[in-house]
Amino acid sequence: MTAARLRSQDFRYWLASHRGPLFAAALFVAMFALFVTKHPAGASANVLNTAANKGALLAFVAMAQTLPVLTGGLDLSVGSVFVMTNCLASTLIAGTPGQVALGVAIVLASGLVCGVLNGLVVVFGRLQPIIATLATGAMYGGVALWLRPAPGGDVNEDFADFMTGSLHDVVPFSIVVLAGAVVVIWLPYRRSVLGRAAYAVGSSEQAAYMSGVPVARAKFLAYVLAGLFAAIAGLLLTCLTYSGEANALLGGSYTLNSIAAVVVGGTSLYGGSGGAIGTIFGAFALRTIGDLLFVFDIDPLSQPLFLGVVLLIAVSLGSFRLLKVKKRVDLYR
Amino acid sequence: MSTAGARFGRLAGPFRRIDRALLAAIGCIVVLLIAGALYDRNFLSPDYLLQQLQVASFLGVIATGVMLVVLLGHIDLSIPWVVTLGGMMSTAAAGHAGLAGSLAIPFAVACGLGIGIVNGIGVAYLRVPSMIFTLATNAIAQGLMIVHTSGFAPEDHATPTMHLLAVERSILGIPNAVWVWAALGAGAVVLLRRTPFGRRVYAIGNSERAVFLSRGNVRRVVVACFAIAGACSAFAGVLLAGYSTKAYQAMGDPYVLPAIAAVVLGGTSILGGRGSYLGTVAGVVLVTLLQSILSIVQMPEAGRQVIYGAVIIVMLLVYGRGPKVVS
Repeated sequence: MTAARLRSQDFRYWLASHRGPLFAAALFVAMFALFVTKHPAGASANVLNTAANKGALLAFVAMAQTLPVLTGGLDLSVGSVFVMTNCLASTLIAGTPGQVALGVAIVLASGLVCGVLNGLVVVFGRLQPIIATLATGAMYGGVALWLRPAPGGDVNEDFADFMTGSLHDVVPFSIVVLAGAVVVIWLPYRRSVLGRAAYAVGSSEQAAYMSGVPVARAKFLAYVLAGLFAAIAGLLLTCLTYSGEANALLGGSYTLNSIAAVVVGGTSLYGGSGGAIGTIFGAFALRTIGDLLFVFDIDPLSQPLFLGVVLLIAVSLGSFRLLKVKKRVDLYR
Repeated sequence: MSTAGARFGRLAGPFRRIDRALLAAIGCIVVLLIAGALYDRNFLSPDYLLQQLQVASFLGVIATGVMLVVLLGHIDLSIPWVVTLGGMMSTAAAGHAGLAGSLAIPFAVACGLGIGIVNGIGVAYLRVPSMIFTLATNAIAQGLMIVHTSGFAPEDHATPTMHLLAVERSILGIPNAVWVWAALGAGAVVLLRRTPFGRRVYAIGNSERAVFLSRGNVRRVVVACFAIAGACSAFAGVLLAGYSTKAYQAMGDPYVLPAIAAVVLGGTSILGGRGSYLGTVAGVVLVTLLQSILSIVQMPEAGRQVIYGAVIIVMLLVYGRGPKVVS
């Protein structure tokens, strides 16, 4: 076998294993190009920055969702953690730079605490993730309401503007934060023993257990990191709105969209395949759909219906794999 | 597949068929009743308890559908907006000049049935995980209702029949809503225990593949269960609209967690295949009593949510734990 043929085989294998993320990326690029050409202001720094900020918010929440989903679990509390950290940040991100830094640290730590609680309940309490995180989500929603009974907040605007502005008026800073999270957290995690263990657990928990994979620790870490990612999103939301609000509906819609972004980004809801990169593109693609509805002047009242239909079609696309199933019994588990 | 009975050891005599989860749920109910009575003497008055049962029956109607779906090993997260859709469609049909008022309830239930069938087709034929598919249909139901109402609270009112079903006490001083729930529950018990369909529901929850190989029609059963669940949610929306005389936006939102929690606390495995309707009844009463106690101690909403979530987790930790390794 010649080297060239080997390389083409490698490439084909790479293409096949990254089909989901590539599809999401292509979808996003195509829709975003359409959005920019249709937008009256064109590809100005302002338009890009707004789109980046909105997309990054969902991207972080969806990255939080990706980690438990990879282990074959689910975290229905990511939206609540997002809202709770938003409320916390709206009281802490104020005053001198030192206080702001401390506030950021506390906000991120609170996300980790939520993640630890989820992990404890799901992994060591051995409860079903759906019902357990639904219940912890109600608790985090309660904490959010306690922190901020009425919407409002006092936020250091310099810090907030820096977080949501653009570097040299070109690169949106939220994208830098997102890239930073990928390089500093996701990639090392993906290569670590526990990260790979998470994929193994998602593929077959029994096989992973039999092979001595640290099943419990891998699942636990996935929920903990999910809390951290959701907290970063909450911090970003605070910087965008200069305030906090214990809005349960917002949390619910982010939880829903995070699952959709995970699916669009090519991660299997049964666990074991996919990744955060695909999820990021999935999140940006979903957000761009909303932007497209705006530039094409769709009636605002029918936009939720439109988004719902698009979501339904997106999650049904995976059904094409059924055409490849040869024996009907393989359809059933 | 270990059943609850095998795991905890069988109980003797007439209690053989009652599993530990049901006993634990009943125990929790007794504890809640005593706690409530210690706090407020009126808590144990028949009138207050009947009122609690009336509130519980709305949740009970939803939980009936949820239980069928959970027994299959699936989940229905489209509850919130199917409930709202049921309420809004019934009042809309009642307010529609061309329609007779008697069509309000059948029309609303039919709408819920329709969404349930879509859910079932997505799950059974397209093989999309039920969680994500029902979330998507929930978003669609929400979109439809926002278009329908133009984002405002609808003007139409509930019909006298809906009011009669949800509020009045026609027979023996027991609220009609409780009778409705009892009738629906009896139907569910017969369906689950006495028909081939019911046995197949349990069988699918244990092993879809085995049912397929023994020539059972898995898909049709799944669609039917989701359809019933949709109809139940919409019917609960009808009752709720009758109870408050109006349908309003997001009226179903507070019912997802309680409905699923009630089913799971009642001993139905969320992985499917085992659970009894009696357990679900106990779970519904348990959740309703918990909510009512949290509201009479005048806890602020924030604390109520935290305690509510924490209590559900603690109760599940006591008797709803899964196996050490998922096979």
